[in-house]
Amino acid sequence: MDFTFSDEQRQLREMLERYVRKDYGFEKRREILRSTDGWSREVWRQFADMGLLAIGLPEAQGGLGGDGFDTLLVMEALGSGLVLEPYLSTVVLGAGLLARHGSDAQQSALLPAVIAGDSLLALAHHEPGQRYQLDGVTTQADAQGEGHVLNGRKSVVLHGGAADHLLVSAQTPQGVSLFIVDAQAPGVSRKAYPTQDGQRAAEIRFTQVRLSTDALIGAAGAGLEMVELALDHGIAALCAEAVGAMAAAIEATVSYLKTRKQFGVPIGSFQALQHRAVDMYLHAEQARSMAYLAAAKLTADRAERRQAISAAKVLVSQSARFVGQQAVQLHGGIGVTDELAVSHLFKRLTMIGLLFGDAEHHLGLFGDALVA
Amino acid sequence: MDLNFTAAEQAFRAEVRQFIDGKLPSDIRDKVLGGQRLQKDDYYRWHVILNDRGWIAPNWPQQYGGTGWSPVQQHIFDEECADAGAPLLSVFSLRMVAPVIMAFGNEAQKAHFLPRILSGEDWWCQGYSEPGAGSDLASLKTRAERKGDHYVVNGQKTWTTLGHHASWIFCLVRTAVDVRNQEGISFLLIDMNTPGVSVRPIIMLDGEHEVNEVWFDNVEVPVQNRIGEENKGWTYAKFLLGHERTGIAGVGRSKRELKRLKEIAARQPGSDGRRLIDDARFRDRVAQVEIDLMALEITNLRVIAAEMEQRAPGPEASLLKIRGSEIQQTLSELLMQALGHDALPYQHDAMDAGYDGEIVGPGYGVPLSGHYFNLRKTTIYGGSNEIQKNIISKMILGF
Repeated sequence: MDFTFSDEQRQLREMLERYVRKDYGFEKRREILRSTDGWSREVWRQFADMGLLAIGLPEAQGGLGGDGFDTLLVMEALGSGLVLEPYLSTVVLGAGLLARHGSDAQQSALLPAVIAGDSLLALAHHEPGQRYQLDGVTTQADAQGEGHVLNGRKSVVLHGGAADHLLVSAQTPQGVSLFIVDAQAPGVSRKAYPTQDGQRAAEIRFTQVRLSTDALIGAAGAGLEMVELALDHGIAALCAEAVGAMAAAIEATVSYLKTRKQFGVPIGSFQALQHRAVDMYLHAEQARSMAYLAAAKLTADRAERRQAISAAKVLVSQSARFVGQQAVQLHGGIGVTDELAVSHLFKRLTMIGLLFGDAEHHLGLFGDALVA
Repeated sequence: MDLNFTAAEQAFRAEVRQFIDGKLPSDIRDKVLGGQRLQKDDYYRWHVILNDRGWIAPNWPQQYGGTGWSPVQQHIFDEECADAGAPLLSVFSLRMVAPVIMAFGNEAQKAHFLPRILSGEDWWCQGYSEPGAGSDLASLKTRAERKGDHYVVNGQKTWTTLGHHASWIFCLVRTAVDVRNQEGISFLLIDMNTPGVSVRPIIMLDGEHEVNEVWFDNVEVPVQNRIGEENKGWTYAKFLLGHERTGIAGVGRSKRELKRLKEIAARQPGSDGRRLIDDARFRDRVAQVEIDLMALEITNLRVIAAEMEQRAPGPEASLLKIRGSEIQQTLSELLMQALGHDALPYQHDAMDAGYDGEIVGPGYGVPLSGHYFNLRKTTIYGGSNEIQKNIISKMILGF
């Protein structure tokens, strides 16, 4: 048992904390948020220079290797700075999936460009009306000649508008399969929009999109397994991001309580408010523990991994909701404006709570496994 | 980062498990797992078995006859004991007064008291709270006046857990009145057989005699039974309160209760002829408390790991106390609710082992309502959870 990070990991964390504090301040972030793309290629370039885009990816492709805890450190720092760039969608979900299941040729074709910051990926699995179920794929990939032709629709694809390549799940005779699709290919139409937290997503339609034989990832019919594992990595990363965002929300709130005066005294002198802040701290510490558990269990066998991931998502979603709501409440009127980071933290924490299954959904999964 | 126990730690767990399997008397185990009433002799028998093995004092250094185990080993030992249904031995002797004697007692006190704690010859209770001094402990009024080579003690202590079994009581007493409350307190060791000491039971809401009032009427206590310096008792008391960290969360016992909850929910009928555990509304609550307990367990391990690095005891013990007690209460509430109507009868006599009269409902259900009522104490004792929040507020958040 060892709860310490290595020297290298500590350096990574310090570098990121410094970056977020100095180069990704609230005003800078606001500029990026208001830009057309909603994220910054300049920042993305800096991430590439810092080696962030190589974390968790195979050394053979120029990656740095590393485990769930390296990703945890990055996501926690990105969470504390409310970073808008497509790290989760490109590096954790997209590149991570390719690194696990892609052929050598597929990896060589895509991963070096991701690591260099030149290419973005998105996982296009969710479809309209599917809520949180993973197995409701209706997008169809029909065999045609040597390859396939793709028809269907994907919904709320994270950073789907900016992605250069899409990893798309579709029905094939063998079951659900996964394909690499060039986002510029004829027949792909995308409508990008902001999500509730200011990040970006897209609705994507595929109409008679031709896929060559090398588009298939892994075995035909193994798509759901790959998506499930990718989303488990995504959930572990979100848990870490939430831990970072909660810490920032608590720091801002405690500091506000100590400076805001009413009735002639700092409002932090009132026990009702102190205890609320303590409750936020308790939630955040338990969430941190579960983020560690999620990171540690990504390599466990499927049943153990899924229980840990669902447990983490339940507790982190609940904590994120409490901490986010109370951070706003304790800030009073200023907390419901767009002017302070606290409302932006709240919105991101809300989105994390909903993404890839909310607390109730995962509580159900966890409970079902108890009697399975 | 690695959340797994090392091979050596796993081997240690296996060794502990094998020992408990072989040595824990089955009648005691059945009482603990069945939630039945324990007698003093049950505790004493297990105490002697552990002492014979050299494992009675997991938290003591070897020089005083302890195991010298690391915090991780202590945690593993506690978990295994809880899981197997070993009785939880009195914390007052082994985990509270002993560390104070080791840290602040003189050589004569160490040589006299520590071996008697190990052997089980002395059984200690705690004389802290008073009717007028609960959360505001430093306002305590029990008076000790110096008369030559002894103190004369007058006053009343309360909530004295298992004081009716105890032979000694460690007391906070007032030795100076014209100073700040905290500065006039001394730490005295008092023989319960001294003339003038009387113990009166307090019957709790579950009908059980667990705690007592202890009265002192001109009780003469030799000065040599004072720990450390006169009027410095508050320092020693605070040391004691911050000392016990890893056990405070009660993770091992809660894991055992969770297992029991799942077993009972799989045997109890739910609606529509299905089992209770198949009822999604009930199962969600079981799942929720299991997840909360998973988080507490990792947090507890994080604190233990910090302890392994010999970092000073910190206010995170308050976090463990708050969440640990809340989870114990939730589990006991779900266990009671699992019984439905069978939770309603109060079957006091049926909680004794060997009871052969009639009972209402399943046998495993008999103690569950009583436990629910009993465990309301957990968020009150040891510094109420509201006091713990004050501590976190001050020490961690800096208010």
